[in-house]
Order: sequence, then C-alpha cells, then structure tokens
Amino acid sequence: MDTVLVMTTMLVFITMMLALIRALKGPTIYDRILAVNVFGTKTVLVVALISLLKGHSDLVDVALVYALINFIAIVAVLKLVKMGNLGDAGEGDITDG
Amino acid sequence: MADLALDILSWVLLLTGGIFGVMGGLGLVRFPDFYTRLHAAGVTDTLCALLIILGLIIQAGLSILTVKLALILLFLMFTAPTASHALARSALVDGVAPRVEKSDATDAD
Repeated sequence: MDTVLVMTTMLVFITMMLALIRALKGPTIYDRILAVNVFGTKTVLVVALISLLKGHSDLVDVALVYALINFIAIVAVLKLVKMGNLGDAGEGDITDG
Repeated sequence: MADLALDILSWVLLLTGGIFGVMGGLGLVRFPDFYTRLHAAGVTDTLCALLIILGLIIQAGLSILTVKLALILLFLMFTAPTASHALARSALVDGVAPRVEKSDATDAD
C-alpha cells in the first residue's frame, strides 16, 4: 500500500515539475496562470496523499483549505491582470465577453 | 478477499490518476498554443483529482477522513472547470488568438 502511495506522489511531483517548466517558459501571462493553477491543484493532491501515507489525518484539513484558497487566488490574480485593480468592474472584466 | 479486491481497486485508481496527471503535464509543456494547453491541463486536472481522491477514499475506509476527502473532491469538481472557463474567456477577450490550421481543400470561404 505504501509503495503505491509513494509512486503516485512521485507521479504528481513529476506533473508539478512540468507545470513549473510551463510557468517559467509561458509566452503569455495566461499560460503562467494556467500552470500555477495546475500546480496548486496538484499540491492539494500531494497533501492528501502525504496525510494518508504518514497517517496524520489532520493534514486533510490543510488540503481542504488549500483547495479553496487556490481557487480564490487564481480568480483574484486573473482579475488583477485583466483589470489592473481588484475593485474595478465592467468593460473587459473576466466575466465579460 | 474483499479487502484485497478493494486494495487492488484503489491501487489501480491511484496509479491511473497519477499517469493522467503526467499526461496533462506533458500536454501543458508540449502543446503549441494557449487553448490546446488549456485543454490538456483543464481536462486532465479534473480527472486526475477524481481518480486519486477516489483511490484515497477507498484506502481511508469509513471515517471522518472519508467525508473530508469527499468534500475536497466536491470543491475541486466545482472550482477546476470554473477556473478553466474564466481563463479561456479572459484570454479570448484579451486577444490571445487561437492557432488555426488552414485546410486548403474544403473550406472555400
């Protein structure tokens, strides 16, 4: 059981490394935001895997909170990039178009 | 016997999820254009999270841990497509052009 959990964690780490490569290379800002989004989702999975691997069931709470914060952060960064200001709304917003 | 079957099912789910994650990462690095990369990352992200957390739920047995993992799964199922949609829409409005191959025979216009 532990071997499979470690192998899955390693596969997720490889995915995080590939996402970091795209975040560093990305030609547009949206490529970078997409790569950071993938990285954050994979972080949630790694935290959940480690909590079962080490038997620390408290860590699942960390993964739960990280999943929420990751989404809020992605949407906030997207809005900041699009509008230049978190308070503005209207023309050219992320829900516009 | 039933324990062994459940263990094998969860191993298959975990490893398939990990492999789907790596495939999405490879697509994220190698695809030529923002929207294809969004497709690779957005689709495999959801599936990878689904498979890995289902595998972990089977491993965890029936406890409060299962409920928390199911909540993580629920949040990821809602937030990952929403983030992908917001990214695609804001990139399109911002003028990131999709890469289009011209097919010379059929599309006359």
